[in-house]
Amino acid sequence: MINQLQRRFMAHLDPMLLGALGALMLISLILMYSASGGSMERVLGQLVNVMVAFAALWLVANMPLHYLIRSAVPIYIVGMMLLLGVAFFGEIQNGARRWLNLGVATIQPSELMKIAVPLMMAWYFERHEATLALKNYVVAALILAVPFALILRQPDLGTALLICASGFYVLFLAGLSWRVILGLFISAAASAPFLWHALHGYQRQRILMLLDPTEDPLGKGYHTIQGMIAVGSGGILGKGYLNGTQTHLEFLPERTTDFIFAVFSEEFGLLGNLVLLSVYLFIMWRGFVITANASTYFTRLMAGSITLTFFTYAFVNMGMVTGILPVVGVPLPLVSYGGTSMLTLSLGFGMLMSIHSHKTLVQS
Amino acid sequence: MNYTSNLKSTGQVELPKWRARVLLSLLLMVLFLLLARAVFLQGIHNDFLQQEGVARYGRVIDISAHRGKITYRDGEPLAISTEVNSVWASPSDVEASSRQISQLAQLTGTNAAEIKTRLNDTSRDFVYLKRQLPPDEAGRIMRLGIPGVALRTEYRRYYPSAEVSSHLIGFTDVDDNGREGIEYGWQAHLGGKNGSQRVIKDRRGHIIEDVASVRVPKPGKDLTLSLDSKIQFMAYREIKAAVTQHHAKSGSIVVLDANSGEVLALANWPSYNPNIREKPNVAVLRNLAVTDQFEPGSTMKPFTVASALEAGKIRQNSVFDTSSGVFIIGGRKIHDTHPEKTHSVAQVIQRSSNIGAAKIALLMPAKTFWQSLSDNGFGQPTGSAFPGEAPGKLRDYKSWRPVEQATMSYGHGISVNLLQLARAYTVFASDGELKPLTLLKQDVPVLGATVYSAATAHAVRDMLELAVKPGGTAPLAQVVGYRVAGKTGTSHKLENGRYVDKYVSSFVGLAPVSDPRLIVAVMLNEPGGKEYYGGQVAAPVFSSVMGAALRQLNVPHDAPLNNVLQPPAEIIREET
Repeated sequence: MINQLQRRFMAHLDPMLLGALGALMLISLILMYSASGGSMERVLGQLVNVMVAFAALWLVANMPLHYLIRSAVPIYIVGMMLLLGVAFFGEIQNGARRWLNLGVATIQPSELMKIAVPLMMAWYFERHEATLALKNYVVAALILAVPFALILRQPDLGTALLICASGFYVLFLAGLSWRVILGLFISAAASAPFLWHALHGYQRQRILMLLDPTEDPLGKGYHTIQGMIAVGSGGILGKGYLNGTQTHLEFLPERTTDFIFAVFSEEFGLLGNLVLLSVYLFIMWRGFVITANASTYFTRLMAGSITLTFFTYAFVNMGMVTGILPVVGVPLPLVSYGGTSMLTLSLGFGMLMSIHSHKTLVQS
Repeated sequence: MNYTSNLKSTGQVELPKWRARVLLSLLLMVLFLLLARAVFLQGIHNDFLQQEGVARYGRVIDISAHRGKITYRDGEPLAISTEVNSVWASPSDVEASSRQISQLAQLTGTNAAEIKTRLNDTSRDFVYLKRQLPPDEAGRIMRLGIPGVALRTEYRRYYPSAEVSSHLIGFTDVDDNGREGIEYGWQAHLGGKNGSQRVIKDRRGHIIEDVASVRVPKPGKDLTLSLDSKIQFMAYREIKAAVTQHHAKSGSIVVLDANSGEVLALANWPSYNPNIREKPNVAVLRNLAVTDQFEPGSTMKPFTVASALEAGKIRQNSVFDTSSGVFIIGGRKIHDTHPEKTHSVAQVIQRSSNIGAAKIALLMPAKTFWQSLSDNGFGQPTGSAFPGEAPGKLRDYKSWRPVEQATMSYGHGISVNLLQLARAYTVFASDGELKPLTLLKQDVPVLGATVYSAATAHAVRDMLELAVKPGGTAPLAQVVGYRVAGKTGTSHKLENGRYVDKYVSSFVGLAPVSDPRLIVAVMLNEPGGKEYYGGQVAAPVFSSVMGAALRQLNVPHDAPLNNVLQPPAEIIREET
């Protein structure tokens, strides 16, 4: 009977993907103890996040595909309403209007849009699969552009760009004409000077700092420099668990959140980074396998977008910590402290597993 | 809607192959970029980055070293270092509310604006907020718990004897370096060498761990002076009283051990309190007994007589025609304040006859006289090693004119400092030996340099004893129970090359005459009252200090206790 229960429990979960995700979450919990300077409070907090995320993953994975498709429009609409709510009634923290107090909890609706936007776009393309024309792409672009603009205004450049990326992946996978893509790139490049002016002062600073962080080592360049120093201090083998000096002497900013990769790098070195990158690479590979085996247009777009977005998060975060990308507030997926981000990602992976398992179920 | 229907058309929604390839190669490029960056940071550039990391948490901090103690010869403290705490901050690490700032300002005794100005200077890693607080006050500041504010242990000098010995001891600056006096002159001996320590500190400046001691602090060495605490105090008290009583500009006193050349007391008035940070003007800081030179006047006469005796130019019973008080040489008149037809050699000293001294000096070749004065240490540093000592002036005999040789016999045209003059008298206190002078306690007997024969020295000492008896110039110098000998001096001051009616009044003497133990030299600069002769203003100071010092040292009496003879109505006066 226990066997049966176990089979029922695991029925829609992909063991390989689950193993890799579990590995990241375990790394997260172990790192959290070191990064917080030995605070069990943080570790337990993250453990709760992990459990909530896993529950969400299990639920979504067990959801039949049509549930997913049906949920696309309501989720998008709710997300948009919440975004508008933020724009009007949002709480300001650190100079940005990103949070909405629902009485029960304070949430960041832009996180939800990371799932809602690609879901909505995939749904839209699925509907018009047979007769795809340029106007469909324009409508899909609008589905992407409106939340993008709202989030950009909060301002939250990092999240806005990531949502833009996830939407673009859907467009790309849906077969957006190569010429249009090229045109988009050219117009983006052409509008760069205008965008530069539209950026906030601090956003411009972050990009400039990337070019020469030593210009203001205690101010604007502080995050980048400390990140690079922590990563470099690790060397090949790392300083060992709990021995990262930049972390434990509090020189490293945002140790448990955006810069947790630096904590990992300092304590486990290049060798540890190779292992961590391999885990991310493995998850990506598994995601592509699921994408390739996906049965429908919708599921294929969704699976591809989820996988690519996940990888983009990891790349942007690591690039930011190691000083090849500007500092934008992007957490290291499944490792950085934070419930919303972990929940969103788990929803995505739940969908991936659902796509995988329900295809086979239907086939049999 | 039937979503399973799409299963049939799986082939149609297949992504174009090239699209997948572009995507894959892009992803691999990105992955490679990350990997390359990791290898660059952790495998190639890591040495530099590690160094930068260490630069952030590794600090070498100074550890203050204890300064050596200065004591009297009997171990009583003259200068001691006490532990104090200095509050400092690393401005970029400070996180303080405005309430904390105002509390900080209150506890450090400054105003909030000043504190804010210092803390806003983030270009500096280290600013003092308040230096040298007692540990309990510093503790109160630390209990505010402001991040980035820390303590540093330092040492502050404390001078228990304050004004009494300030000119000799001097003082240190806020960084514990000697600035004046012995503190300055013996800096290398007294000063400690600060140590340093490598520590790990966190971003807020808290020291997390002591890694290694780079250099152990080396405390300074103690210094025991030759000074006697009781005699020093009496000397100070008496010179202060005399300066006040006679409205003098200043006064100095030196007490020497006649056998060892040790300085037992040295004091000046006006004085200052070295424990107060704000110091008076430079003039008050000067140790006048050593750093000021003056024309000694008649206190030089014993050396003139001794030189002539030693050279065989006169005998003890020689008598000189002193021309009833006026003697003209080289177009210049020499006066005696107390005119007589004739003076014996002893009377020249006893009554301080300028004419007699001049005639005696003129009997000698210039070189002989000069050599004798030079052998007595005039015109040379005393060897006290006191910083800023004025060696006095003794011109080369080759440039002497006869009138200069004559006036030099009674101490004009030559300058000395009081310490030098006191030391020169060791030749009369001993058997003609000039003792080396020292400010440090000596444990072994010292050898002097022979200047005169014992016979000459004893002869002059006897003449000096006459000078303090009735009929001499300084009966007020007598001491109950002891035979004393000494010489007065009252010289006009030179201002802009002319002698004016301002005086330097002095007395130098020794006791007990039968076996001299102490030399006391007293000098009052510009006594402003009706009395200004050395015998009137300096001799009484000598008497009280010498008497008290002899009793303090338990020196056996060499005279009955009723030895002090009342002077006749008029004291024999002298000028120069």
